Amino acid sequence: MTAAQELQVKEKQEVASPAEQTKPGIIFTPDVDIFETDRNITLLADMPGVAADDIEIDLRENILTVAGDVKPFEGADESDILVEFEIGKYHRQFTLSDKIDQGKIEANFEDGVLRLTLPKEEKAAPRKIAVKSA
Amino acid sequence: MLTTRFFNIPTQSFKSPFDELNRMRRFLDHLTQGSAYSSPFRSLSQSGVFPSINMTEDVDNYFIRAELPGIKAGNLDIQVEGKVLKLSGERKFSEEDENVQYHRREREAGTFSRAFTLPGDVNVDKVDAKMSNGILTITVPKAEAAKPKQITIS
Repeated sequence: MTAAQELQVKEKQEVASPAEQTKPGIIFTPDVDIFETDRNITLLADMPGVAADDIEIDLRENILTVAGDVKPFEGADESDILVEFEIGKYHRQFTLSDKIDQGKIEANFEDGVLRLTLPKEEKAAPRKIAVKSA
Repeated sequence: MLTTRFFNIPTQSFKSPFDELNRMRRFLDHLTQGSAYSSPFRSLSQSGVFPSINMTEDVDNYFIRAELPGIKAGNLDIQVEGKVLKLSGERKFSEEDENVQYHRREREAGTFSRAFTLPGDVNVDKVDAKMSNGILTITVPKAEAAKPKQITIS
């Protein structure tokens, strides 16, 4: 393994065209990693500032929605000296090409990172059909 | 909605008339992009050094906050010396299975180090830091001399 690279500042990406909001506030696209194995699709999303209870995960008709609400964590009587990042909600949608076993979805949230394991629906085990010759 | 936003300008000192013009231009840019719901007057400072921090103050403390998702408290190092606060650490990812197929890879791992000067004298002994949901909050108490004094008129 090579030496760890130095992290660069990455500006938070604002969602370009979400469904129109009724509440004011900025919405960001969380950075994600998505990878899959034969059995699972795993999604990792960075959502700092979100409490585990405020995460919404929704899967319907192959559209996976991950959203997180951030409660303000700065005290009301604090005044800004330096502002380099903004605080806002997170929202992102994905289309999944595989059928997911909805009952077995696992979500784990730790240190501001959501880990979502989506098990693929088990297909019938491949059968070999032997051809008999008469 | 728009008018309230427009007049709801955060308190900023206009240094020159061009600042005002720039602000106006950005506001108009924002309108044409159609995202009028977010505040058009965001003025983010950019230091270009990871992590981005927000610094606030109240009467007694300075608060430094940074978004550090996925970083364990054990992988963070915070040092205060005089008025200089140094924050360094490493973001590590757990090893995934080798035969996984990646579709997206936007998250990054690596090391970081940043030092910055606090705006006033601080009480170095009582600095407190905590991680909560990926947000690091460092609370630095101001030195007695730096706290605002209430002066009563006799």
